[in-house]
Amino acid sequence: MSAALLVRALRDPASVTGLSADAWAGLIAAARAEQLAGTLAERLHGLPLPDAAARIMADARFAAGEGRRAALWEAEAARRALAGLGVPVILLKGTAYAAAGLDAAQGRTIGDLDILVPRAATGRVEAALLAAGWEWMKPDPYDDAYYRRWMHELPPLIHHARDRMIDVHHTILPPTARPVPDADALVAGARPIGEGLHMLSGEDMVIHAAAHLIADGDLSGGLRNLWDIDRLVRAFDDDAFWPRLAEHSRLHGLTDAVARALRLAERLYATPVAPALAGRWRASDTLFARRLLARDGWGRPVRPLTRLAFYGRSHWLRMPPALLARHLWTKWRRRG
Amino acid sequence: MRHVFSVRVGPAGFRVGSDWRAPVAALEALYAGYPKAGIADFTVRLEAARPWRRWIRPSVTIAGDYMLPDAVPLALRHGLLAAEMGMNLQMALGARRWLLLHAASLERDGRALILTGASGSGKSTLAALLGDRGWRLMGDEFALIDLANGVLHPFPRPVSLKNAAIALFDAARLGPLLAATPKGDIRHLRPNADAIARMAEPAAPALILFPRFGHAAAERPVAPSEVFVRLTQASTNYVALGEAGFDALTRLVTTLPARAIDYPDADSAVALVERLWAAA
Amino acid sequence: MRWALGARTALKRVPLDMLTACFDRRSGMTHLLAAPAPELLAALAAGPADIALLLARMGIADADAEERAGLEAHLAALEAAGLVVRA
Repeated sequence: MSAALLVRALRDPASVTGLSADAWAGLIAAARAEQLAGTLAERLHGLPLPDAAARIMADARFAAGEGRRAALWEAEAARRALAGLGVPVILLKGTAYAAAGLDAAQGRTIGDLDILVPRAATGRVEAALLAAGWEWMKPDPYDDAYYRRWMHELPPLIHHARDRMIDVHHTILPPTARPVPDADALVAGARPIGEGLHMLSGEDMVIHAAAHLIADGDLSGGLRNLWDIDRLVRAFDDDAFWPRLAEHSRLHGLTDAVARALRLAERLYATPVAPALAGRWRASDTLFARRLLARDGWGRPVRPLTRLAFYGRSHWLRMPPALLARHLWTKWRRRG
Repeated sequence: MRHVFSVRVGPAGFRVGSDWRAPVAALEALYAGYPKAGIADFTVRLEAARPWRRWIRPSVTIAGDYMLPDAVPLALRHGLLAAEMGMNLQMALGARRWLLLHAASLERDGRALILTGASGSGKSTLAALLGDRGWRLMGDEFALIDLANGVLHPFPRPVSLKNAAIALFDAARLGPLLAATPKGDIRHLRPNADAIARMAEPAAPALILFPRFGHAAAERPVAPSEVFVRLTQASTNYVALGEAGFDALTRLVTTLPARAIDYPDADSAVALVERLWAAA
Repeated sequence: MRWALGARTALKRVPLDMLTACFDRRSGMTHLLAAPAPELLAALAAGPADIALLLARMGIADADAEERAGLEAHLAALEAAGLVVRA
C-alpha cells in the first residue's frame, strides 16, 4: 500500500469511513513516516472515528500543539538574541506559518528554526547567536569551510541548554545550484508578523516551498512540503496573487519549479491552481509523483530505484559536477 | 512485511512486522494469553538492513514509527530482544497519553507502589519477586501515570531478567535464553496469570521508592524537590507533555511519600518494602 | 539596568520545599527556582524595575553592594532561562 491512502485521506477526510484495522494501521504508519500525523489528525477532527484511531489522532494533535509552542519559543529566543542588530529576522517554513497563524500551521510538525537574514549581516548574526548560548554542531573544518563557501546557510547551530537547532539562511537555494533566487528581493519583500518577527511575502513563501521541494532535495518529506503549498495557495488565493506569483517566480528563476509543484499539488491534493501558471501534466511529473508516494503501509520507503534517481538528482542540482566530484573525493579521503 | 505479530499490553497496542519468522514465533510464545491489538498504537519493524542481511550473518535493525539514528543492529538469535527494545522505544518516544516513568509498579489492595531507578538498580528483579509474593505486577519497565487523574495504568510486559537474576525464577515462566547480548545473558519472565488477566485495572499510587541494590540495608525520606528532579530524569516524555506533564508530576510529588532504600539482597529488599508499605 | 518579565511569560507555580516548580506556559519549559528567584519574579510583576525599585517592592531596606550584585546575577540567570528581559 503506498502513501496514496494518506494523500486521499488528506484531500478527502470522509474517505476514511469504513477503513479496516489494517488499513488504519497503514494510514497511521505512513502519516508518521511522512511527518503528517498531526495534519491528518486536524483534517479528521470532528469525524466519527473508531475509538483507537480517535485516541491516536488526539495524541497527534496534542504533539503538534506542543511542537508549535516550542517552535514559537525558539523564534522568540532568536528574536531576543538578535534584537539589537537592526537586522530583519525573517522566519521561514513551519515556524513562519505558526507565527502568522496560517492554515498551513495547523497540525504541522515543526523541526528546527529556519531564519533568513541578509548575507552581509551573517557575521553579526552568528556572533550574536553564539553570545546568547548557541554553539556549533559540526566542528570539522572541512564541513565548516564547505558550508560557508557553498551553502545557502550557516553551519547549523544548536542551543546549549534547550538542545534545539537554528539554521541561518542568507538565500533559499545553495549558491552552487542553477536557479539563483534574488535574495535581496526576498528580504525586501518580507512582511512583519508582529512582535519583531517577519515572514516572506505570500508568493515568496510558495516559491520557497516549491524551491525546496523541486530544486533542492531528493523529495523526502515531499508530501508534507506539497501540503504546505496547498494550504498556502488556498490561503492567498485572490486575483492579485497569481500574477504576483508568476512575476516573482520569473525573478527568482523558479518558474519551472513552481509550475511543477502546482501541477503535483493539483493532482494529489486537488489544489485550486491557475492553469496558465501550472501548465499541463507531463511524463516527468508522473515520475515525481511516484517518488512522492514511495511509502508503504509499514512506513517504509519503497521504490528504491526511483529514490536513487532522485537522490543523485538532488546532489546534481546542488553542485555542478566538478564541484560534486571534488566534494565526494574529499569526503572519501577523510573517511580513511 | 512477511511476518506479523499483534499484541495489546494494558492500554497500548503494538504491531510488530518482521523479515524473519523466528522473532515472531518467540513473541507469540512469550505473549501467549495476551489480547490482540486491534488498531495498533505503535508499529515496530524488525528489518534486514540490506536485502542479503536476511540470510547472510542475519542482523536485525530495529525500526518503526519512532526510531533512533545510528541504532546498532542485533544478531537474529537476539531478535526477541530487538522486538522488546523496539516496543520500548515506541512508548518512550511516542507516548502522549500518560506520563511515562522508568519504573516498576505493583498493586495491592487497590493501591500502587512505584519503584523507580535506572537500569541496574535492581528494580526489575525486585518487582518480579514482589509479583510472586502477594503483589500484582503492573509493569517493570514503564509506569504509566494518567495525565488527568494521576492513576497508574498497568503495562505488564515480560520482565527482562539479566544474568544472576534468571536463576531466581521457575524456568517454565521464562522465555528463551538470549546469551551474550550487549547487556549480558537475558531471559524474559512472563507475568503471572493474575497480572495478565487484570491488565485493564488501574490503581492509585501510594508510595514512591528509589531502590538501590548492593548496599547495606538503609532507608531515608526523599524531599519533594529531589523526587521532582529524579522523576524528570526518569521520564522519557515529561518535556513533550508540556503543562499536562507538569501537573501530573507536581501532583505526584506533592501527594505521595517517597523514600530511598538500599538493600544487599532480595529478601531484605522485600522486607523493607513491606515495612514501608505498611507505614505509608 | 532595568529588568522586566518577558512578554507573555505566564508562570504556574507549585511550591515543593526549598524549591518552587514553575511551568512557563509561553515556552513550555519547567524551571525549579530557589529563593530569591520566585520573589524577584513576583516583584517584577508590577512592571519594569531596576535593582533599587525591586528591593523596595520586596520590602528590603538595607542591601549592601555584594547583595545587590548577587541579585543582578540572579536576574541574569533568569534572563538566560528566558523568564526576564532587559528593559
